Amino acid sequence: MIDRSLRHVLVVLLGCFAILFVQLNRVQVFNNTELRENPANTRTIQRDFSRPRGLISTADRVVIARSVPSDGPFSFQREYPEGELFGHITGYLSINIGASGVERTYNDELVGRTPSLQLSGLADLLGDSDATGQVIVSLRRDLQAAARDALGERRGSVVALDPRTGEILAMWSNPSYDPNLLASQDGEAVNAAYADLLADEANPLRASAYRDIFFPGSTFKLVTASAALEANVVTLTSPVFDVETSYTPPLTSRSISNFGGSSCGGDLLALITSSCNVGFARLGAELVGPSRMVDQAQAYGFNTVPPIDLPGAAASQFPTDYGEQVRSPSLEIPAGVYENSPALAQAAIGQFDVAATPLQMALVVAGIVNNGQIMAPRVVSEIRNKKGDVVDQLGPTVWQRPISELVAADLQTAMVNVVENGTGRSIQFPGLLTGAKTGTAQLGTVPALSHAWMVAFAGPVDGDPELVLAVLVEANETDPEQTGGRVAGPVVASMIETYFANS
Amino acid sequence: MRPRTVELGLLVLASIITVAAYGLTSLGRNAELPANIVPFLAMVIGMLLATHLVVRRFAASADGLLLPLAALLNGLGYVIIARLDPALADSQAAWTFIGLAGFSAILVFLPDVRRLEPYRYTLALVGVVMLLLPLTPIGVSINGARIWLRVGSFSIQPGEFAKVVLATFLAGFLVDKRELLTISTRRLGPLHLPDIKHLGPLLLAWGIALIVMVAERDLGSSLLFFTLFIVMVYAATGRSAYVVVGAVLFSVGAVGSYRFFVHVQRRVEIWLDPFADPKGAGYQIAEASFAMADGGLTGTGLGLGAPGKIPFAATDMIFAAIGEELGLLGTTAVLVTYLLFVSAGFRVANQARSNFEKLLAGGLTALLGFQTFVIIGGILRVLPLTGVTLPFVSYGGSSLISNYLILGVLVQISHRANSPDSSVGALRSTKSARPEADLTP
Repeated sequence: MIDRSLRHVLVVLLGCFAILFVQLNRVQVFNNTELRENPANTRTIQRDFSRPRGLISTADRVVIARSVPSDGPFSFQREYPEGELFGHITGYLSINIGASGVERTYNDELVGRTPSLQLSGLADLLGDSDATGQVIVSLRRDLQAAARDALGERRGSVVALDPRTGEILAMWSNPSYDPNLLASQDGEAVNAAYADLLADEANPLRASAYRDIFFPGSTFKLVTASAALEANVVTLTSPVFDVETSYTPPLTSRSISNFGGSSCGGDLLALITSSCNVGFARLGAELVGPSRMVDQAQAYGFNTVPPIDLPGAAASQFPTDYGEQVRSPSLEIPAGVYENSPALAQAAIGQFDVAATPLQMALVVAGIVNNGQIMAPRVVSEIRNKKGDVVDQLGPTVWQRPISELVAADLQTAMVNVVENGTGRSIQFPGLLTGAKTGTAQLGTVPALSHAWMVAFAGPVDGDPELVLAVLVEANETDPEQTGGRVAGPVVASMIETYFANS
Repeated sequence: MRPRTVELGLLVLASIITVAAYGLTSLGRNAELPANIVPFLAMVIGMLLATHLVVRRFAASADGLLLPLAALLNGLGYVIIARLDPALADSQAAWTFIGLAGFSAILVFLPDVRRLEPYRYTLALVGVVMLLLPLTPIGVSINGARIWLRVGSFSIQPGEFAKVVLATFLAGFLVDKRELLTISTRRLGPLHLPDIKHLGPLLLAWGIALIVMVAERDLGSSLLFFTLFIVMVYAATGRSAYVVVGAVLFSVGAVGSYRFFVHVQRRVEIWLDPFADPKGAGYQIAEASFAMADGGLTGTGLGLGAPGKIPFAATDMIFAAIGEELGLLGTTAVLVTYLLFVSAGFRVANQARSNFEKLLAGGLTALLGFQTFVIIGGILRVLPLTGVTLPFVSYGGSSLISNYLILGVLVQISHRANSPDSSVGALRSTKSARPEADLTP
């Protein structure tokens, strides 16, 4: 009888051990990613601190992150020779607050954990077994420095990219931060530096260029114009809108007026060239209508996080709800009237709840000058092994196809016209074909404050545009009346000069 | 094959595994073999060989698996402890030596455990005193549990030994009383219950478990005592009513202590969500989970992980350190080793010729088995974490020595069960057991 009871006890124990075995499998293998990625888990980073780690270099071969042997608690010290200039790109690798930027997205490549790096390490059996990879970013140091110098002390962002490939050539936001502060092996010092950076009201840790959204103002008219051209409700030359000083959308008594109270009108080319609020508000609200506006904005990538290879990118916003139709389409208002038509009129000129990252506005222009295709934006162009052989070439991929080639050509013409006859005259260069759209997004009138924008492209007169730019100078009290053409224009000009001087 | 030949072969294998792991750890950490690897090998082989010779001389017919399995667990534990803290490793080596000496002493000086049977009430008294000793002024509190005695520069945990002593008492008591306990005089629904007065030992166990938990704040030992008592009573009587009553008593105790004691509530909260406060209350479990997840299937490799980040890595949490550096393969191997050990222990109980030995062997084996489940289950969040050692693996003298005493008792019982002349001893035992019964209070 004792034998029988003890057998029962053994069965219970076996059951207990079976539970342990199942749970072991879950914790160690099947669910371990969740535990490894828990924010409180510092193991992976600590281990990576004790191993060699590859270089991060710019397209013009300037080292922006490297590991040097160290006598500290860990065997290597990560250094960022260019400091804050590339802080938002490299990110940091910190023992106690994690990693960001390229250090985070390309961690596996930098420590040599990818199959292609492991394979290339195997082929080199007799040499040293260091499989760490070098990450080459597409950014150019000269362009990044030009962006910093042109923006100076003002808060704002500059994004430069190659529309043909989606490669980011420069992406600078002021303020930035020095990642060396967070790479120390002294955990306390890192915590203190991190706390200081977090306490800074200007939020230097945050790369506004792709992580913060702003009223795009008149630069958004490119999207509204795209929707109108795609819907065939207008061409560049017809219809001709009346010259007006203000427009009152249906269902409201609040009118929309032009910048500085001027009057404007004409065909679409004229509306773009003079950045005519009244015409665009009417075009968006009465001719295009809500569903086509929403579709067009989303086709450009609004309401989606762009697939950039950096962590934490923000989705730009275009409101999608304009309520029920309250009046059917008529000859006067072909799009019909909706409960929220007044909001749509505001949205059509980049106000109301429309908000975009500088990166997103650059991508809008990239779609226009790349025959209607937006290539996926990215900051890394290739991965090399330690010896310098390329092991991974990150080829371009199409992200969005917002407009047809014909519409793209029309809009490109209109942007060139802005430079020749409109608000973008400050970026005229002999021998180059340049186009632009300015924006001045008013945040308030008392006190007056506005964001100054310019989106632009440049290329040889007889070739495809090579450079797309988005410049945002954020609203500031020292220049309350700043406008896109006057304030953002020179920054764009400086970028174009640097690009073609050194290419 | 003869059991001693099997034992010798397996002991050599366990030594090789231990020394290889020791060497690999050093290679992993400093890329060189440890300077003392040859003396270390000599020491491991020497200690195990000497013990083997004692077994050969005094328990020649005993099961050949138990000692090598314990040696393997002990060796692996030592390697991990040495990797975490060399100072602790020196003590652990000394404890291992004393443990093996204690194991040998059992075989040499206690050739028949049934000689303890007449002294069961004395043992009960000794066990309870040992258990309660830490509550007297000579007891000290470490990490919140008052289960330690300070003797000179050593701390000992008398509770570890009390478990063995009380198991021996219970075996004797239950053999004596099992018929009374088996007869049911009353019914409670579908349950047949014996006379209330025979429920005494269960209530006593419940009382002891509560005292340990409330006064000494040692949830793990409390749970283990109670499990041990229920297992042994069930084994002796075969009546599931005792398990049901035990479960009810346990639930009442558990719910009551959860309501009245903050430290119990905290344990349960941490159990339910250790990641709510991964840098504070849940730190231990969170770090252990991260370590095991880091280990993955194959582990980081010995000496290449960061088990130093786990709090109490050398004692309660050593299984997580194994999981980190040896991966799922390593932890599974450890689980299988315990399974083999437990199965061998129950086989000893099965083969034992007297009920006393059956109960004692079964009870002690179940104790080790459930202790393993409680600590590993605690680390894996199957149960709330309670601080008990992983038998033979964790750092700790009291625990290691008492485990070796248990091993000695099992080996000795196994030897008598398998040796041809054991029937003589069995007769003598029945005789000597009777007169002692007069001492029953």
